[in-house]
Amino acid sequence: MKANCWMGKKRLEVQDVPDPKILNARDAIVRITSTAICGSDLHLYNGFIPTMEKGDILGHEFMGEVVETGPAVKNLKVGDRVVVPFPIACGACSMCQRDLFSLCENSNPNAWIAEKLMGHSPAGLFGYSHMLGGYAGGQAEYARVPFADVGPLKISNGLSDDQVLFLSDILPTGYMGAEMCNIQPGDVIAVWGCGPVGQFAIASAKMLGAERIIGIDRFPYRLRMAAEKAGATETINYEQESVLERLLELTAGRGPDACIDAVGMEAHGHAAVYAYDRAKQALMLETDRPIALREAITACRSGGTVSVIGVYGGFIDKFPMGALMNKSLTIRTGQTHVQRYMRPLLERIERGEIDPSFVITHHMSLSEAPRGFDMFLHKRDNCEKVVLTA
Amino acid sequence: MTTATRPDLTVGQKHNGSRTRISADEWNAPSEQRRQGPLSDPTRMARALGWFSIGLGLAEIAAPRRMARMIGVDDDNTHRNFLLAYGLREIAAGVAILAADRPTGAVWARVGGDVMDLAFLGQSLSSNPSGRSRAAAATAAVLGVTALDVLTGRRLAQGIDWRGERGTAPRPSGAVHVQESITVGRPPEEVYRFWRDFEHLPEFMEHLESVRVLDERRSHWRARAPAGSSVEWDAEIVDDRPNELVSWRSVSDADVPNMGTVRFVRAPGDRGTEIHVELRYDPPGGKAGALVAKLFGEEPGQQVKGDLRRLKQVLETGEVVHSDASVHRGMHPAQPSASGTERSHR
Repeated sequence: MKANCWMGKKRLEVQDVPDPKILNARDAIVRITSTAICGSDLHLYNGFIPTMEKGDILGHEFMGEVVETGPAVKNLKVGDRVVVPFPIACGACSMCQRDLFSLCENSNPNAWIAEKLMGHSPAGLFGYSHMLGGYAGGQAEYARVPFADVGPLKISNGLSDDQVLFLSDILPTGYMGAEMCNIQPGDVIAVWGCGPVGQFAIASAKMLGAERIIGIDRFPYRLRMAAEKAGATETINYEQESVLERLLELTAGRGPDACIDAVGMEAHGHAAVYAYDRAKQALMLETDRPIALREAITACRSGGTVSVIGVYGGFIDKFPMGALMNKSLTIRTGQTHVQRYMRPLLERIERGEIDPSFVITHHMSLSEAPRGFDMFLHKRDNCEKVVLTA
Repeated sequence: MTTATRPDLTVGQKHNGSRTRISADEWNAPSEQRRQGPLSDPTRMARALGWFSIGLGLAEIAAPRRMARMIGVDDDNTHRNFLLAYGLREIAAGVAILAADRPTGAVWARVGGDVMDLAFLGQSLSSNPSGRSRAAAATAAVLGVTALDVLTGRRLAQGIDWRGERGTAPRPSGAVHVQESITVGRPPEEVYRFWRDFEHLPEFMEHLESVRVLDERRSHWRARAPAGSSVEWDAEIVDDRPNELVSWRSVSDADVPNMGTVRFVRAPGDRGTEIHVELRYDPPGGKAGALVAKLFGEEPGQQVKGDLRRLKQVLETGEVVHSDASVHRGMHPAQPSASGTERSHR
């Protein structure tokens, strides 16, 4: 089959690789019909996530048709149309039992590597380094889906791939980001980053009843999408005005009740701060650039919540712990427990409360994946979200 | 079945008594000679090696390109990344030596690092003809440092501590002691029953090839050892308390004398069972053998932890969980393998 393989920093190749096979009784093999490039794939592309190996198949947002099931999979049959959640979860361990699926204790065969870095290991993920399992990803024609009796969501209505594909990751991620803000009547929510996850965080904050939602980015086309499609009431271009001053002005000095970091470890920012973090990152004195996170903590109102859904990989510098502590802030974060949100969000899509396809700007074939990555990374042609079809 | 005999967990130390390299003469020798210069005082030598490590590490991190050229390896991304990683390792080794109360282990870790450097340079000698003479010179330099490291490590192991005083007690240098634990979401009765059927153990213990139960107390074990060899022994149960504990030890003339205890404790608040494993064994080649095994990824604590993790997978999900990369032996990209499973499902 064809698959998009990581061959080194900023080097991708669509290669012919062996077809996946059933390895565990609870596996299914899915023929992929649509798969997307995620912002977090760019961290792999740019070489910021350790334990990648030449030839690793990328991709963790995919859906398709079941073509084979292991003997223990009773809920799916060949021909079923499914969306696959990006964290691999067994459904039986203590974390899965608490609906914390992205922390599954049984799905990462390389848990020891993650434990060395983080103390405990999160769940295994599709196509996201060997530290997180060494699973082949979904930017391919076929994928093996472990614990197929737990994760995949069957789609039996007439919704298109574009409408349901993002249930695999970014819609639940944006939603969880908003849910963690515990939105109350009158709340103002600020969202750093208007990439696809930020768009869905804005749309979800709106569904959850926020009074005002402020989108922050540097690309006018993304800010326009936030205002016109996602539901942002105001936008701030951080290259044109001071985010902190503008937020104070918009909230009459209170600051946003909750701040969502939908940016993560490769943030951009004002020249001096960006240069500082970029240099530290290059010297391996910090692995992540927490520019958005620092600003979110500083901006947040006293007693407010900072919700972190942008991906971080390692260590950061100049973390404003003093502000966090003295302002009694709450930080909530985590890889998305996708399995928890898929069904309720599918129902919202069916009821027409949200149509997630609004973020898609480009469709390409799987063999064009390297071009899609380059375009997405450099925001060429107003690129917001690339969907690859097999 | 329960027996009254408690496991003798000091067996490792007994084995070691005879291995300790401190003779009575050394024990009582005057200490002046060690204070004459770094080469005759292993602790000062260790400190010098520690600072050397930090200096070299900083150079490797700050100027990987120049370093690569200086030692005659290709100045490409891969080699630079290696140098960065080696630099971090050197700094860690240096700090460990300087901070340690008893730097013996840290100095031996340097020996391990030297072996890695030599492998790196050896690869460069064979792949980069233009840098060959520089790489050869660098190899000679590393060999020299390795000799110093080995010498210092051996002298430190002879019971002379950091401050130049003799160690107060001989340390066991042969037996490996491993303690690991995990929590499994199943009741102790079920976990005990599964474990007590020793023939189940190879399902989740990666290095175990087979266990054959001979009778009520005795069983025959066969395990894979590094470098494709295998080891065998007979074991006997020395204690068995249903749903609580099993203890065993190898009987005479085992390839790898060993003993172990596994305890099953009901975890609080309906969290299942805490499994606590304690193992002692005498690896072939003593501590040095264990260190070499560690360098090749066979670190015993990690091995046992991995086994417990697989046991948890079997009990909670029904089988050992595989990813595309984990079915291969050794490093492999996360792609499906052409042959399906290279590692057979036992």
